[in-house]
Amino acid sequence: MDLNYSPEESAFRDEVRAWIRAHLPDEARDKVLNYRELSKDDLLGWHRTLATQGWVAPHWPVEWGGTDWTVVQRYIFEEECGAAGAPPIVPFGVRMCAPVLLRFGTPEQKQRFLPRMYRGDDFWCQGYSEPGAGSDLASLKTRALRQGDHFVVTGQKTWTTLGHYADWIFCLVRSDPGREKRQEGISFLLIDMRSPGITVRPIALMDGGHEVNEVFFDDVQVPLENLVHEEHKGWTVAKFLLGYERMGTGNIAVCKRELARVQALAGPLLDDPRFRDRLTRVEVELMALEITNLRFLDQLRGGRPPGAEVSLLKIKGTEIQQALTELMMQAAGPRALAFRPVDATAAFDRFTASLAPRYCNVRKATIYAGSNEIQRNIIAKATLGL
Amino acid sequence: MDFEYTEEQRLLAETLRRFLATGYTFDARAKIVASAPGYSEDVWAALAEMGVLGVPFAAEHGGFGGTTVDMLVVMEALGEALVVEPYLATVGLGGQFVARGGSAAQQARILPALIQGRAKLAFAQTERDARWDLRHVAVRARAAGDGFRLDGEKCAVLHGGCADLLVVSARTAGADTDARGISLFLVERGAPGVAVTEYRTLDGLRAADVRLSGVAVPRAALLGAEGQGLALAEEVVDYATALVCAEAVGAIKYAHDATLDHLKTRRQFGVPIGSFQALQHRMVDILISYEQARSIACLACVKVDTAEPAERRRVVSAAKLKIADAARHVSQEAVQLHGAMGMTEELKISHTFRRLTLLAQAFGDADHHLARLAACG
Repeated sequence: MDLNYSPEESAFRDEVRAWIRAHLPDEARDKVLNYRELSKDDLLGWHRTLATQGWVAPHWPVEWGGTDWTVVQRYIFEEECGAAGAPPIVPFGVRMCAPVLLRFGTPEQKQRFLPRMYRGDDFWCQGYSEPGAGSDLASLKTRALRQGDHFVVTGQKTWTTLGHYADWIFCLVRSDPGREKRQEGISFLLIDMRSPGITVRPIALMDGGHEVNEVFFDDVQVPLENLVHEEHKGWTVAKFLLGYERMGTGNIAVCKRELARVQALAGPLLDDPRFRDRLTRVEVELMALEITNLRFLDQLRGGRPPGAEVSLLKIKGTEIQQALTELMMQAAGPRALAFRPVDATAAFDRFTASLAPRYCNVRKATIYAGSNEIQRNIIAKATLGL
Repeated sequence: MDFEYTEEQRLLAETLRRFLATGYTFDARAKIVASAPGYSEDVWAALAEMGVLGVPFAAEHGGFGGTTVDMLVVMEALGEALVVEPYLATVGLGGQFVARGGSAAQQARILPALIQGRAKLAFAQTERDARWDLRHVAVRARAAGDGFRLDGEKCAVLHGGCADLLVVSARTAGADTDARGISLFLVERGAPGVAVTEYRTLDGLRAADVRLSGVAVPRAALLGAEGQGLALAEEVVDYATALVCAEAVGAIKYAHDATLDHLKTRRQFGVPIGSFQALQHRMVDILISYEQARSIACLACVKVDTAEPAERRRVVSAAKLKIADAARHVSQEAVQLHGAMGMTEELKISHTFRRLTLLAQAFGDADHHLARLAACG
C-alpha cells in the first residue's frame, strides 16, 4: 500500500496543472468560482479547448480519442480541473451517451455521433425523467410509435438539465405500451432538438437560476436510424448507463476546493469551536471519501470493478457538497443576505450574494442522478443482498 | 499510488485469521476473559510462534521489520475476533518505546524476549486528572544516588497487571503540565515499591492502577534523554492510535457482518426484517461508515510511517475522530437492529459494542481529537 504519487504521476500532475493554467480562460474560471451561470459558449469553449488537446474524453477507447491514462492519471486530471476552477465537462454527451453508443451503437451511429461529441459540435442533454416518472423511471409514458421509416414521439420530459442549450437529446421512450412488464417496451432514441414539434420551457428554481427545463414532444418525427440498441430493449441501455454513471469522481476535487474557500472566507470564525468543529468533521469525512474513491479506482485498475457500493461515493460526496455550501453561507454571515441589486449599475459584492442561492441550488445534489434514497436502495439490494 | 496488500501481508492476514477462526472462537474467548489472568498464555505463545509479536520490530532482534500497513492487517484481524491479549500494550506501546527510544543494550535485552513471547510490556501514563493529555505528568522522579526514585500514581494502565515491564512517564523537572521535564523509565512490575491493582475493563480486557512509592531505578532504566520524553511519547501514542483505528475497523466489520446476517435471518410479520426499507437504509449507512472508517485507518497507518510530526498529528487525529464517530454509530446501530438480543451477554454483538465503545475513547475521544486538530491549525 502506497498512498503517494509515483514520480511519473507527479510529473503528470505538473504537466496537467501547467497546461490548465495556460489554457483556462479567466472569464470562465471567474464564473465558476463566483457560482455564476455558465453560458453555452463557456461550457462548449472549454470542451473544445480540451478536445484540441486530446483530453476531453479520457475514458473513451483510444481509437475514438481516449487517452489510455491509468485510473490514477484520470483522477489527477479531474482533481486539477476541479482545483483550478475549470467549468465542468458537460456529462450528457461524452460521459453518458458516448459509452452507450460505444457499447450498443451501430458502426454508422458511432461514426456519425462520436466525433461530433468529441469535438463539441453538439450540445447534448438527457431525456429520462417525466412528471410521473422520477425515481420510478420505468413508469415513463412518452410514446414513440413506429410509422414507416420513423418514430412519432409524443409526451413530456422534465428536469432536463441545460435542455435550453441542447442540440440533441437522448431519450427513454415507450415504444410498446402493450407490454405487461413496464421495463419492456421501452426504447432508447436520439432526437434532434431542432425537430418540429419540440418545445422547451424553463423551470424557475428557488435560487433564481435557469438550469432545468420541461421538454414537450408533439408528434415529433424521429428517423429509425436514431434508435440505439434493439427496439423495446431500452431498459437494458438505461441499466448499463446507470452503472456507468455512478463511478463519477469530479465531486471530490470540487469539494476540496470549496473546503479551502470556506476556510479562507471564515477567517476569525475558525476560532469559534462550534463552527470550526463542524467544518473539521466535514473535512475529515472528505479525507476519508477521497481514499474510499481511490480504493474503488484501484479495484477497477486491478480488474475487479467495485459493485453497487460505489453509490456511496454519490451519497457521501453530495452530503459533503451540501454541508460546505451551508458552512460557506454561514461564514459570510449577514453579507449572505444580499441577493440582487435593485440598481444593476450599483457596486455589489456578487460573490457573497451568490452564497445563499448556491446553498439553495445544491439541495439538488442529493435528489438528482438517482436520489440518495434510491442509491441506498441500490446498495441494499445489489451489495448487501437485502 | 497503490492500495494492494503485498503477498506477505496477504499471507500474514490469512495465517492469523485461520488461527483465530479455530483457536479464538467466541466461546474460547469467553473462557479466557473469565480466567484468572484474563488472557491466554497459549494464545500468546501461538502469536509468538506465528511471528505476529515481531511484525513491527527490526530483523536484528528477531522481528519482521514490518510497516504500519503490516500492522493494519494484524489489528483488523484482532479487532474482528475481539482478542483480549495484551498485544497493543506490548507490541504497539511498550515495545515501541524500546524500539524507538531505547539504547542498544535495552533493545537487546527486551525486544528478542518480547518477540518470543517471554516479556510483556505496558505504558503507565494516565493519571487521575490527566484525561488524554500526555503532558499531564504529576508522578515525580527525583535523583537519588546514581539513579532515581519514583513516587506517585498512574491509573487505567492497559494490561499493567500482566506486564513484566512498565514504561512509566515521570517528571524529572517542571510543573505538572509542562511539556519539558518528562522522562520515561523502564520499571519492573515486581520492583519494590510498585503496587498494582488490576481490574477488568468493560470490554473484557484488563487494566490496572499503579502506585509508585519510592521506587528506586538505576540511571540505565531511563528511556531516551532525561526530560525529553514527551516527543517520544507523542510519537508512540500516535502510532498506537493508528493501530487502534485499524483494530476498530475490524470490530466494525464484525458488527456490519453480524447485523446484515441478522436482518436476513430474523423474521417478523412473516418476512425477513431486512425486507423493510427503514432497516435497509440504516444497514447501508453502517456499510458506509465501515468503508469510510477503513479508508481513514489506511491513511493513518500509511502516514504514521512517512509523515513529518505535524502532518502525522493531523492525520492521526483526523483518523481517530472519524473512527470514534464510526465506532459509536455502528455499535449503536448494530445493537438497535439486533433488537433485544443485541443487549444480551450471549451474543458477540454486545461484546463488540463494548469493545467499540472503549476503542472510541482510547487515546482520546472525538472531542479530544477535534481540539487537537484545531491546535494543528
